[in-house]
Amino acid sequence: MKVSVIVFPGSNCDMDVKWAFEICCDADVSMVWHAEESLPESDVVILPGGFSYGDYLRSGAMAAKSSIMRSVVEFASSGGLVLGICNGFQILTEAHLLPGVLLPNVSTRFICRPCQIRIERNDTPFTRLYEPGEVVNFPIAHHEGLFYLDDTSLAKLEESGCVAFRYVDNPNGSLNAIAGITNASKNVLGLMPHPERVVHSLVGGRDGVRFFKGISEWIKEMSR
Amino acid sequence: MKKDLLGLKEEEYRQIKKALQREPNDTELGLFAVMWSEHCCYKSTKRLLATFPTKGKYVFQGPGENAGIVDIGSGFGIAFKMESHNHPSAVEPVQGAATGVGGIVRDILAMGARPIASMDCLFFGPPDDRRSDYLREGIIKGVGSYGNCVGVPTVGGLTYYDPCYKGNPLVNAMCAGLVNLDEVVKSNTAKPGNMLVLLGSKTGRDGIAGAAFASAELDEAVKKSRPQVQMGDPFAEKLLIECCLEILNKGFIVSMQDMGAAGITSSSVELAAKAHAGAEIYLDNVPLREEGMNPFEIALSESQERMLLVIEERHYDDVRKIADKWGLECANIGKIIEEDRFVLYFKGQTAADVPASMLASGPTMDWPKRKPVQTVITYPTKTLADVNTNDPIAVVNVLSSLPQFEDKSWIYEQYDYMVQTRTTLGPGNSVAILYIKEIDKLVALAVASDPWRCAVDPLVGGMETVAKAVRKLAVAGAHPLGMTDCLNFPSPEVPENFWGISEVIRGMALACQELDCPIVSGNVSLYNESPDCTVLPTPVVCAVGGFDGKKFLKSNEPNVSDRLFLVGSGGSLKASAFERTFEGRLSGPINSIDFDVERDFCRRALKTVAEGAASSGRCVGLGGIAVAMVKMLGHSGLGATIKQFDTEFLFGEGDPRALYAVPEEKTDRFLEIWDGFGVTELGTVIKDGTFQLV
Repeated sequence: MKVSVIVFPGSNCDMDVKWAFEICCDADVSMVWHAEESLPESDVVILPGGFSYGDYLRSGAMAAKSSIMRSVVEFASSGGLVLGICNGFQILTEAHLLPGVLLPNVSTRFICRPCQIRIERNDTPFTRLYEPGEVVNFPIAHHEGLFYLDDTSLAKLEESGCVAFRYVDNPNGSLNAIAGITNASKNVLGLMPHPERVVHSLVGGRDGVRFFKGISEWIKEMSR
Repeated sequence: MKKDLLGLKEEEYRQIKKALQREPNDTELGLFAVMWSEHCCYKSTKRLLATFPTKGKYVFQGPGENAGIVDIGSGFGIAFKMESHNHPSAVEPVQGAATGVGGIVRDILAMGARPIASMDCLFFGPPDDRRSDYLREGIIKGVGSYGNCVGVPTVGGLTYYDPCYKGNPLVNAMCAGLVNLDEVVKSNTAKPGNMLVLLGSKTGRDGIAGAAFASAELDEAVKKSRPQVQMGDPFAEKLLIECCLEILNKGFIVSMQDMGAAGITSSSVELAAKAHAGAEIYLDNVPLREEGMNPFEIALSESQERMLLVIEERHYDDVRKIADKWGLECANIGKIIEEDRFVLYFKGQTAADVPASMLASGPTMDWPKRKPVQTVITYPTKTLADVNTNDPIAVVNVLSSLPQFEDKSWIYEQYDYMVQTRTTLGPGNSVAILYIKEIDKLVALAVASDPWRCAVDPLVGGMETVAKAVRKLAVAGAHPLGMTDCLNFPSPEVPENFWGISEVIRGMALACQELDCPIVSGNVSLYNESPDCTVLPTPVVCAVGGFDGKKFLKSNEPNVSDRLFLVGSGGSLKASAFERTFEGRLSGPINSIDFDVERDFCRRALKTVAEGAASSGRCVGLGGIAVAMVKMLGHSGLGATIKQFDTEFLFGEGDPRALYAVPEEKTDRFLEIWDGFGVTELGTVIKDGTFQLV
């Protein structure tokens, strides 16, 4: 499996997600600098967590305008798998690959802690190895994680089955406790929690292993 | 009119004049004033610090560099150091604390290491004081916002409270980095002809002569000097880290320095002097943020997020390309020269020309010492008339509600403590443990401080501070590899203070020697006083520990029905939290330290972990056995049935003692390991989250 991790100035979970793909599914991971015009051959594209452009202006806003993003949008529209974690989710909304916006947490504080997340559905390439309703620990670490959408769009999002993850204790005040969503065709996923932080028994547990393995298996099946 | 000596002493000024054989100009005087300040040259403590043991089996790099390095095996090392940012944080808490983190991160980077973890040791005045509360909020925000953005996890630390920190909080930031031992960068490797490259942010007027500011007491006039506090930009720092590591990886770096105190001057003079050479600086080439800056300002600005690289001229274009990629300023600002001179050129003129070695080797001061007449320090006791201090449950409830002992998750959850996915044990535990995935090993970090014991008996307090960190490592299953220290004291010019400083350092040196834990880096912060108060002698240490395998013991995850044991004996209410809180005083004498007992304790503690004989273990520290129990059990919402013990036993502090939760089936083995050390059974862990006396 060929994974491309986009590196923006200020990304800081890029190496973590690389490690997760390597130890969970022995993937071939390329780091792609944001200033590139085109993607290398990829099965999955990752927008990692961090503070792209220092979160100046608005989280994800400047990264969404990076030159590599044109190729990412094309890749997504042709059905390629795109995953945005934390700041990556913020970038996906700013790039209009996903609906909604991430606002500052209700507490107005940065929150970092292990977090219980309910898997809403397993008919996505990212969640296929989990059971619907299963609760896992994916840690959170963000200042702007409150998922917000106007009422009509929110209802549409729910109806179309695009909510992939929900918080059990909604730590940031997200509408409908939404922690992660997909687009309608389910090839683009954005989530605030960090599955890449739980892939080793010595570092927070292994609840995220099936997330990465699932992606890898889906790619294998598709290429068959 | 008397000449303004910018903080230099009259005799220092005469010495400079004599060496130059002329009157120094204002810029030159400024260079000396900053380079010879306490903050830059440790003139009051240099001789004392020389007594620290600095060599050991695991020491790869001792003091004298930007950070020390210990060897963790498989060709890798941990570069680490702790540094204070007390004065700036007292004036502008958010930026003061943020730039404290930024500075220590760059020190680690300067060794060629990737920063992988930070710890923060914070000392505040009581939060019911409005200014103390404001400072606390700001400092925590500063630590978090900087560390989070720069992608270095804040994995632990400590937060202490005492009225003595009211006007002068202490902010001690520690950073650890991972370095390939073949790629360590040193500061003495520059050669004449090498180019000096300034990499990073533009230079502005912020923090001009901040080092001199850090070397004075905080009076009202100084508090107005906000321009002396630097502004931090963690995004720029993150780019700087990645950019420097990329340049290093390409093999272009001959030497490197972080631009901290005294900016361009200190970084280039240190490099030059250590290489027995000189330097010339072209101030016109320095990218500036403001117009009209004079040579003094450019040479001494403490603008953040800048590094000085020494490279060979032929690599300049390649280095520039990498800097362009990361969007950083990159300028050729000077050259290493053969002669022992430090020359500043500005607008076609020589702005300063002084001997580099002289600038780099500040004077030594030996202040008079006097043992103080032992006085009892008093504390305001709250309205505790209704607390029966003979009722341990009531006492525990009062202590647990103090800011000192409260659950600190509201602080550490504002810090990203997991980024880089190495955090095996994070904040809330008595040590932090990092997983070094590159070589499949664990490393522990343990911080310790006990200003109260140091106030009562600085010699024993100094010993105890070191011993506490080593005990914590041992209980977690690690042995010490090396230690960094940050020594916070008031003015050394008061003989009683200087006596205290000397005694604390003597005690620490002794303990480091006896416990085989060499000091590899450190920092001293003096003049920590404000019109409100004078800080207690506050040495802070952080020990780095190694493991033989990957077995470690957590401090707060016991099982229901585990038996609770205390190992060790001693402990007294002197200088304890109990004494301060309920008796309103801090008094001695405290028990001294027997290093044979310390070593025996550590051996048995390590064995306990190696044999898996306990489910949780925690050293007995502030607040005694009772608080150790609350911390061990409270985390999991558990409680305990406790036998009846007296107040001194439950709340006494000091001595190598630990609390263990032991599963029934392991009890025999546990008791064998600790046989002859003194074991007391305290009670049993219960599901109900309360303490019940039986």
